[in-house]
Amino acid sequence: MSVKSLDSPYSQHSDLSHGASCGCRKCSHASHKKIESLPQSEEEIVNRVVETAVIKSMFGNDDMKRRQFIKVVGEKAFKGALLAALPMGLLQSCMNDQKKKAENGGGSLQAASKLEKKTLNIGFVPITCATPIIMSKPMGFYEKYGLDVNVIKTAGWAVARDKSLNKEYDASHMLTPMPLAMSMGAGSIATPYVMPAVENINGQAICLHLKHKNKRDPKMWKGFKFGVPFEYSMHNFLLRYYVAEFGLDPDKDIQIRVVPPPEMVANLKAGNLDGYLSPDPFNQRAVYENVGFLHMLTKDIWAGHPCCAFACSQEFVDKNPNTYAALFSAIIDATAYSSKLENRQKISEAIAPKNYLNQPATVISQVLTGRYADGLGNILTEPDRIDFDPFPWHSMGVWILTQMKRWGYVDQDFDYKKIAEQVYLATDCANKMKEQGYDAPSTTYKNHMIMGKEFNPNKPEEYLNSFAIKR
Amino acid sequence: MTEKNKSILLSIALLILFIVLGEIITGDGDRSKANMTEYEILMGMDEKQAHVPGPIEVIKLGIKELSHPFYDNGPNDKGIGTQLFYSIIRVLAGFILAVIVALPIGFLIGMSPLFYKALQPYIQILKPVSPLAWMPLALFVIKDSIMSSIFVIFICSIWPMLINTAFGVMSVKSDWLNVARTLEMNSFQKAFKIILPASLPTIFTGLRISMGISWLVIVAAEMLVGGTGIGYYVWNEWNNLDLTSVVFSIIMIGMIGMLLDSFIAYLSRFFNYNE
Repeated sequence: MSVKSLDSPYSQHSDLSHGASCGCRKCSHASHKKIESLPQSEEEIVNRVVETAVIKSMFGNDDMKRRQFIKVVGEKAFKGALLAALPMGLLQSCMNDQKKKAENGGGSLQAASKLEKKTLNIGFVPITCATPIIMSKPMGFYEKYGLDVNVIKTAGWAVARDKSLNKEYDASHMLTPMPLAMSMGAGSIATPYVMPAVENINGQAICLHLKHKNKRDPKMWKGFKFGVPFEYSMHNFLLRYYVAEFGLDPDKDIQIRVVPPPEMVANLKAGNLDGYLSPDPFNQRAVYENVGFLHMLTKDIWAGHPCCAFACSQEFVDKNPNTYAALFSAIIDATAYSSKLENRQKISEAIAPKNYLNQPATVISQVLTGRYADGLGNILTEPDRIDFDPFPWHSMGVWILTQMKRWGYVDQDFDYKKIAEQVYLATDCANKMKEQGYDAPSTTYKNHMIMGKEFNPNKPEEYLNSFAIKR
Repeated sequence: MTEKNKSILLSIALLILFIVLGEIITGDGDRSKANMTEYEILMGMDEKQAHVPGPIEVIKLGIKELSHPFYDNGPNDKGIGTQLFYSIIRVLAGFILAVIVALPIGFLIGMSPLFYKALQPYIQILKPVSPLAWMPLALFVIKDSIMSSIFVIFICSIWPMLINTAFGVMSVKSDWLNVARTLEMNSFQKAFKIILPASLPTIFTGLRISMGISWLVIVAAEMLVGGTGIGYYVWNEWNNLDLTSVVFSIIMIGMIGMLLDSFIAYLSRFFNYNE
């Protein structure tokens, strides 16, 4: 069988209207017309396809016109004129690069044939932090990379952790401290976990019951019962940090309970909790239900703090390198898409239904767009209430480790940087971001400002010792 | 009017009273206002607030849900029929496993009063343990959330069966055993021809209790591990503070529980005897 459409487009004799699946008599029987120059290698085929596409489009896909034109001006003149006017070589090499990238798991449907595993289960806890992981499903980001992903709603992080350790989930939405804790064996058996990307930065809030409207000074919070979603969470560490800055000991002066986010509003309503530092939409939902008000956003504790993450086991990465690469690409794309404010309204509607967050769209859009009611009668506009940035700064990992040590979640001595670098794949993430055309930071450590106090990742022990309240 | 008809009439009257009272004391969560400010829109004043539903609202939702019981909008949003189906399958799996284990062991324990007394304390300690307490252990050891929920049903429903079987076997009348002896039955014949038939009514009482417990357990277990099932359905609606769906699922859970119970009761009729 001959593929005439791959014949030279510069020739007046070639007949490009017959594709590979052509069943006409000329094609199905041995061709009596000789094909002048069929490309041999894969690269040549790509080059030829590019040429043909350009030339065909010049003649509006009418092959007869093309042949007539070439007959009039002559093959050589046509080819010369075309190559002088168009950067054909550049186009061809571009296409070849794209193809290679795709084969290496860089993305696009062509790469799908190389995937070790196409159907994946990814767990998520129904909160807006998981936006990129969730919305990749209804908005087709997984599909774009040839993956068939089931995003499975999970009741809380303890179950998400166990289902990940059980391999029921291939990858999961986690809290940024969780993969660190899991890798160290704090609160679970030690299993090497990696965190290739952060999901969101900011996006949490301290929400108090309406009856505490007049107790805006944390010093008045003695005896309060607070909810946090998980022990190894930024929520826990930020709440502890915040109250400790006001002189309250988070273990003695207030009570901190672990409450799964979906149960926060019900507990606040029932008076079981005085407040919580929890993921949205449950802060905004408390406002919406007239139960609580937003005391403050966590971005005002640490602007740009990490919160949730996309994580999977080291084993998954080793066994399925191409699938992992495709998944990683989908997440990076989705995170970049989510970080654009103009897309947020659309995302709110995509993730509000029962299958995903199961919340009123009014609540979710207030969280994502940053124009919201605070529960005390004011409308505030904070476009950076939540943002999405995949880069897992090693320095953030080190900060989390200092807090784990500060509050006694781990008591042995360890090498902060080594653990952070092993779990947070910052370099991989930067490469992936650059590969997909996004800007990535060139370093993986930087100083962070938390409530006006500077954290230097090179001096974790000094930082730890500078706190008055610690274990 | 017969006694039976009277009771039916009274039931209907109670239902009507309940619906009327329910309608009177519950609100509909509606807070729609005209000319809302932006703040009021953001507070959701044009949408329904979470509220305890009235009976009519629940009935309306029930009709809507039951007319599409098997819809499938993705892994986290399936129809009530599908959810109940998953739960029933899990309950039956755990229950049948428990039957397979509990009946023979209960039988052996019942044959030996010594064993019965020795094992009593352990059984009594394990019997009242909540399913939620077993779950973390099960998840850790079994490493599969569905198998874990089946295991939890198994471990919670095994005790009543075990105790009732042993008790049934122990309380077979000694006259009958003496008759067996005079007829020179071997112990195999004695077990299957005398003891088993005589203890079946007690065993079935145990099965009924266990079935009730299994159905209680599945809701709690599925709320914890999620994924599918009626427990997950309740949890998912709780998430959204949608109490109408929660009340509707309470009614469905009650009805299925009643059906499962009457199924065992129906079976036991074939094994009853009158002295």
